[in-house]
Amino acid sequence: MDVSLMIDSVPRLLEGAVVTLKLLLLTEIIGFVFALPLGILYANGSRAVRAPIYGFVYFFRGTPLLVQIFIVYYGLAQFEAVRHSLLWPWLRQPFVCALIACALHSAAYTTNILRGAIQAVPAGEVEAARACGMSAFQVQRLIVLPVALRLMLPAYSNQAIGMLKGTSLASTITLMELTGVANTIVASTFSPYEIFIMAALIYLAITLVITRCFKFAEYALSKHQRPLASAAATPEQVRHAD
Amino acid sequence: MSRPEAKTVLTADGIHKSYGDFAVLKGVSLAARERDVICMIGASGSGKSTFLRCINLLETPEAGSIAFEGEQLNLDRRGDGAARLDARQISRIRSRMGMVFQSFNLWSHLTVLDNVTIAPIKVLGVPKAEAKERAEGLLAKVGLFDKRFHYPAHISGGQQQRCAIARALAMDPKLLLFDEPTSALDPELVGEVLRVMRLLAEEGRTMIVVTHEMAFAREVSSEVLFLHEGKIEERNTPEQIFGNPTSERCRRFLQRVL
Repeated sequence: MDVSLMIDSVPRLLEGAVVTLKLLLLTEIIGFVFALPLGILYANGSRAVRAPIYGFVYFFRGTPLLVQIFIVYYGLAQFEAVRHSLLWPWLRQPFVCALIACALHSAAYTTNILRGAIQAVPAGEVEAARACGMSAFQVQRLIVLPVALRLMLPAYSNQAIGMLKGTSLASTITLMELTGVANTIVASTFSPYEIFIMAALIYLAITLVITRCFKFAEYALSKHQRPLASAAATPEQVRHAD
Repeated sequence: MSRPEAKTVLTADGIHKSYGDFAVLKGVSLAARERDVICMIGASGSGKSTFLRCINLLETPEAGSIAFEGEQLNLDRRGDGAARLDARQISRIRSRMGMVFQSFNLWSHLTVLDNVTIAPIKVLGVPKAEAKERAEGLLAKVGLFDKRFHYPAHISGGQQQRCAIARALAMDPKLLLFDEPTSALDPELVGEVLRVMRLLAEEGRTMIVVTHEMAFAREVSSEVLFLHEGKIEERNTPEQIFGNPTSERCRRFLQRVL
């Protein structure tokens, strides 16, 4: 094993990792922005509202992310209207195409996760909110979502980690993210072993950070579930004790 | 117990409700005047809770009418018999009826204090400081001032139910609905909740209470309704119902539970 080659590859791999992180972060943000209303409607809406959401979720969960990326990257360019549109300068970029596919893919999964979490909010708490005159919107915003967002975290962290690995597929449409960069280095050094191990280590490091972030969020949002002694006292409580 | 001068708070007339083919309520009527404490008793499945839930439209009655504080609820039927409900009217009416549930249903992610302040702030638009001050007063009244920064999971069932009562009172309701408020409690915790309810009755709050606590019904209520299979079998003063029920079914029911 050529250790010096491994060390030499780090700066370029990290550049790729930055692209990976950018793609992942934007994917998750856009995905969540879409999933929030979709998940709420999916959990509460009438049949007619749920049907198209079901279709969306079914399609993006039921087809490989790689195929979705190909459809966006190679498929969109088929249409003259797309090539002549004002958006073409963006839509021809591999990063934007990968982002569109990944974000929709992520939105589909997150929609389903959020729906499950909303349905897991105790019915009695929802009923109590309705019984005191809250509007349907207030019930969702004040009672259902704060609980559901906490409930969805474990499944959502799985989704985020899955998405991190999914971004590597963007290398197939020439995006120089972590896997793409690794591939390129291997093509010129012929040492797949060293380079891909380094890439894998970087993926692991990113996964570790993601897991930690979610663990922290879970902890911060579960004050009401912890045993009393470890539930942090509020400033008011401290003042009251004085 | 006739007090003709007392204002009528709620009139429910001929309420029908069924689940599928099973008719739970077959025309239940009730009028509650100010300061009335009406207890509804009867066997499980007689429709007491369903009737209570129809009053604030947590369940939609199939037939009948409801008027609250002189305002007729819009329960117009469509062709298929389902009511076309006016969401704003329902919200407005619910905000003036407090409801206390069998299983407390406190909002688990909010502290005791926030459970009591959130609805006045968000539904009624009460300024935060004022809502907090009022909530602290109510929590003191139900004996939970010291627990106001605790989460529901950290207090006992009796304390949770007292918090739920404070939450209902915080809306300054014209009518309080209690749906078997002590049925989910350990026997030794029942007393503390009944004491609070007794206090409210003495204050002159208008209350409709579905309960299995016969001693409470006997001592506190102004009127007792005995339900049997979705109908009111007997309605009378507590003295009459518990002393000399006219209905044979009511007599047998009381023999079983007393």
